[in-house]
Amino acid sequence: MPPLIETAGLTKQFDTLIAVNDLTFTVAEGEVLALLGPNGAGKTTTVRMLSSILKPTRGYARIASHDVAREPRLVRHLIGHLTEFPGLYLRMRPLDYLDFFGELQHLPQAERRARAEELMQHFELWDARDRRLGNFSKGMRQKMALIRAMLHNPRVLFLDEPTSAMDPHSAKQVRDAIAGLRGRGHTIVLCTHNLYEAESLADHIAVIRKGQLIAFGSPTQLKLDLLGLPLWEVRLARPSAHAWQPMLNEHAHIHSSDAWSLRYHTEHPEITNPLLLRELAAHGVDVLRLTELPRSLEEVYLKLVQ
Amino acid sequence: MLHDALIITRREIRDTLRDWRIIAPILILTLIFPWLMNVTTQFAINFVEEYQATIIPLRLVPFAVMVVGFFPISFSLIIALETFVGEKERSSLEPLLDTPISDESLYLGKLLASMLPPLFASYLGVAVYLVGLYVSIQFVPEWIVILQIILTTTMEALVMVSAAVVVSSHTTSVRAANLLASFVIIPMALLLQAESIFVFWGQYNVIWLILLALLMADVLLMRTGIRTFNREEILAREVDELNLGMTLRLFRRYFVGAGLTPRRIYGEDVPRLLRENRLPLATTILVVVAALLGGLTIAWVYPLPAELTQSFQIDPDYFQHQLQSTGGEVLPRVETLPIFIYNTRSLIGFALLGLFSFGSLAVLPMVSTMGVLGFLLGQMRLLGAQAGWFAAAALVPHGIIELPAAILATAFALRAGASIISPPPGVTAGENLLHALADWLKMTLFVVLPALLLAAFIEATISPQIVLWVLRR
Repeated sequence: MPPLIETAGLTKQFDTLIAVNDLTFTVAEGEVLALLGPNGAGKTTTVRMLSSILKPTRGYARIASHDVAREPRLVRHLIGHLTEFPGLYLRMRPLDYLDFFGELQHLPQAERRARAEELMQHFELWDARDRRLGNFSKGMRQKMALIRAMLHNPRVLFLDEPTSAMDPHSAKQVRDAIAGLRGRGHTIVLCTHNLYEAESLADHIAVIRKGQLIAFGSPTQLKLDLLGLPLWEVRLARPSAHAWQPMLNEHAHIHSSDAWSLRYHTEHPEITNPLLLRELAAHGVDVLRLTELPRSLEEVYLKLVQ
Repeated sequence: MLHDALIITRREIRDTLRDWRIIAPILILTLIFPWLMNVTTQFAINFVEEYQATIIPLRLVPFAVMVVGFFPISFSLIIALETFVGEKERSSLEPLLDTPISDESLYLGKLLASMLPPLFASYLGVAVYLVGLYVSIQFVPEWIVILQIILTTTMEALVMVSAAVVVSSHTTSVRAANLLASFVIIPMALLLQAESIFVFWGQYNVIWLILLALLMADVLLMRTGIRTFNREEILAREVDELNLGMTLRLFRRYFVGAGLTPRRIYGEDVPRLLRENRLPLATTILVVVAALLGGLTIAWVYPLPAELTQSFQIDPDYFQHQLQSTGGEVLPRVETLPIFIYNTRSLIGFALLGLFSFGSLAVLPMVSTMGVLGFLLGQMRLLGAQAGWFAAAALVPHGIIELPAAILATAFALRAGASIISPPPGVTAGENLLHALADWLKMTLFVVLPALLLAAFIEATISPQIVLWVLRR
């Protein structure tokens, strides 16, 4: 089965500025890809090319096998795009606003009305349906923009900073919605500076800097590639005078240790960890906990962009 | 296409109708201003009738209709700037660009949305004025004049809106667009004044010509608008900062190219430029031929009276006497430099005018010169073969150099002026203009000016000798 999003050598040049340079990646159906990178890295330009609103200078991109440059109208039916700024018509009421965009997507009137109601109910905006959009709070406006992008039930959603300006409750609603969409087979490209969001939602992460793809992979893979093997820690219930090294096999390398704890790397935790626990039990040492020390995506990101 | 465009139009018109800052003045201009104009017309008619000046009311009413109709449509410019560049500024345009609607539908939808409310107000204002006029003084103006004015008003609204789109495409803020809008308002104000003169003068046929000119301007501006109002152009322009350094670098790159050696200029650049500019060259040659034929035709249809052409006949004895008494200095003395400066000034001046008229004014010197030349040549048939020889001796030696040089200068100026109308895909109007100007400058500096200098030298020094030689025989 071909990937739902596919790019090869995708390049965009404005005058002398190369905004996106030779981008090649794929996203399978139902996956979430997080696009990370500093401001001006080329994320928005990439999304605009994938949305068929900017033409690539070189290379190609396909959405569901449709070329973004050759079949722009078809591609724009397949995608929904939450832009960086909500960009609502502030004198309109929510249902009129959604009806307008539904009509532009050629949805039948009954369907666009039903869909608008369903999404507004889901995002808890139904009670505000008679208010003008100009009276909405920042978070409500962002939710309205998200509903607009989701209205025609697109196969691919491009979300540019979807939870910016939202309170924690609304942000969680949006994250849950994204997770729900993925669960229903939608493919999502998420541009965000929120690394927690990226790590918790994305199957793959693409890091772009100066228009070039500098890293691509799952969060786990990126951590492994850039930060090395994960660090495990054994913490004891009581201090112990036993030597640590004899209890470990050849796969483990001690990072640091004291009478209360041991930190080590291992290529095969499934072998090393049970072995260590057995050894400690055999020596009558009580273990408080054995954990993999958490490593944030932020460390990976900073290492990449710096 | 129209279905999608009308979705946009409906929404935007509803949005406009919700904005009291636009609606209040339109209502005042539609309902109150025609009434005021009516009172003014009555007053003016009563006043001039005291002096039996019956023609004044006949001319005053069309003028009043024109003013009543124009005021509401002036809002179309404001609405257009708001709907095109305002949306961009408020970031509400990008969600529209993400929908399947085509660039053309979006353009058409916004164009209609900007035009329809002010036009409706304009027609309503005219109707209110005419009904009021009929009720008060039972006067009904000629329907054809009213039709002319309504059509002109419609075309003017279209010019303003389509020009506003072109202006909008070069800005990212309503403020900047408003500043640039003076390029639309000033020509429209001048046009209105000219129109008023013809209406008061009673030259209603000229209104048809104005209508035709407006229609042509509409076509050109809409073509430019469709070219510039597209997703690529809109999103590529994030700031409207004037980057003089970059502009100069770009111009230098176009002008210098791979180098400015004589071999490269005359061996590669000039032949390439001639190839690339076949269309403007062909257009200019066509204009030259048409102007020449036009002059000849006029001379044929309207020959000069015989008594007038008599003065051109020179008595051979008198000529020989003059030749001997002046030592051969019978012809007026002309210098190379003044001729060269005059020709250069004309071509450069009209090339600059061409930049503000989509290239059309750049061809004006060729049209007038060739028209006059055709007329004179046509009249010479009345003077016999001698005159033909004289004309050939006086014009051909320098003309065979000057005419091609002038055609080249005109063709490249025409292209520069027209370059902003239709930049090729992926090239902005500004880049295209810079490219065309660089080509024009290259051709002018390295081909046209040397040729004009040589032609001026021949005209000042060699042509008189040839003329004398011919005259002596």
